[in-house]
Amino acid sequence: MPHDHHDPDYDEMTARTRALETLLVEKGLIDPAAVDAIIETYSEKVGPKNGAAVVARAWTDPAFAGRLRENATAAIAELGFTGRQGEHMQAVFNEPGLHNMVVCTLCSCYPWPVLGLPPTWYKSPPYRARVVREPRAVLAEFGVALPAETEVRVWDSTAELRYLVIPERPAGTEGLDAEALAALVTRDAMIGTGLAVTP
Amino acid sequence: MNGPQDLGGRMGFGPVAPEADEPLFHAEWEARVLGITLCCGALGHWTLDESRHARESLPWTDYLSFSYYRIWLTALIALLERHGEITAEELAGAAPRPGLRPERRLPAERVPQVLASGGPTDREGAAEPRFDIGAQVRARNLQPPGHIRMPGYVRGCVGRVEARHGAHVFPDTNAHGGGEQPQHLYTVVFEGRALWGPDGDPALTVSADLWESYLEPA
Repeated sequence: MPHDHHDPDYDEMTARTRALETLLVEKGLIDPAAVDAIIETYSEKVGPKNGAAVVARAWTDPAFAGRLRENATAAIAELGFTGRQGEHMQAVFNEPGLHNMVVCTLCSCYPWPVLGLPPTWYKSPPYRARVVREPRAVLAEFGVALPAETEVRVWDSTAELRYLVIPERPAGTEGLDAEALAALVTRDAMIGTGLAVTP
Repeated sequence: MNGPQDLGGRMGFGPVAPEADEPLFHAEWEARVLGITLCCGALGHWTLDESRHARESLPWTDYLSFSYYRIWLTALIALLERHGEITAEELAGAAPRPGLRPERRLPAERVPQVLASGGPTDREGAAEPRFDIGAQVRARNLQPPGHIRMPGYVRGCVGRVEARHGAHVFPDTNAHGGGEQPQHLYTVVFEGRALWGPDGDPALTVSADLWESYLEPA
């Protein structure tokens, strides 16, 4: 995958994208300010900090954790996180002996309201192909080693359900408030390719 | 369809390559493609399922070699041409005709509300679900040429119904102008060895969300 802005493919894509946007604006079909507003939303407002707030609340508020298990869409909406690619949410809880991971083998389904847009690796063929078959090898590439007896549960997002992994709360965090706890929750921990950070 | 999108269990792609401090977009045009695609979806010519099918219908060599947002852009152009909103000649520089649905144009001020409300796919009024929680089911060996949301790696395998989610829009019809035709949706759990054979990880389970017509009693 080319990541260099000077890659010729990207220059070609810039030209193609501009050509299409210009045509659609001329035809009255899109508002360039709406395109800007969408980009701004996912660049600045919606991202993994939302999900980290959900996790921290679940760690500190057992009643919320219960509602999150029962109806994740409604519980997450209590924190104001709703919408596109999060219409039907399910929270899956890690526990001793059980580790959850999320993938979309068919495309790029991902819980936008709580995690933002997915990283490139999540959408890439290696992750989508391998995680349903050899999740421990994939985890090793993320630097995560699990005991062999730990069950790995992989959730393939083949419908409109979107999954949020609730990682285990790290030991030694009893004195931390929700804000400090949220800082320990990485995006990868909420996909299942990482664990919450131990302070 | 057994297209290039159906990647679960395929071999030969090499390691996952997480990128430290990955930017949200790797080039400005990627961000524009995201925004343009969502704006064009608001015109209402096609469903989310039809747009997924447009992406999976790319030739394998394109799908597997294009960057993610190039796949999106290529499929978007195909959808706009299919529904008569643009022509190849216009894209090449011919004088543009007026758009078909300018009244559906998404204005900037409506973006927050549209993104925050999304498009739920659950539907009322379906018949009773055929399978109980805990039921053993087999994923049917369906090989349709059109869109399907059952990954190839579960076909023919036996799993257990773990959850029922009520009726949801059926993508196989909704992708092809056949309407929503909602049917019951289930989370089905498969043992790793049921999917990958005796060499499969004995402590692995994989679940997929599968519509009722994908399943049969086992």
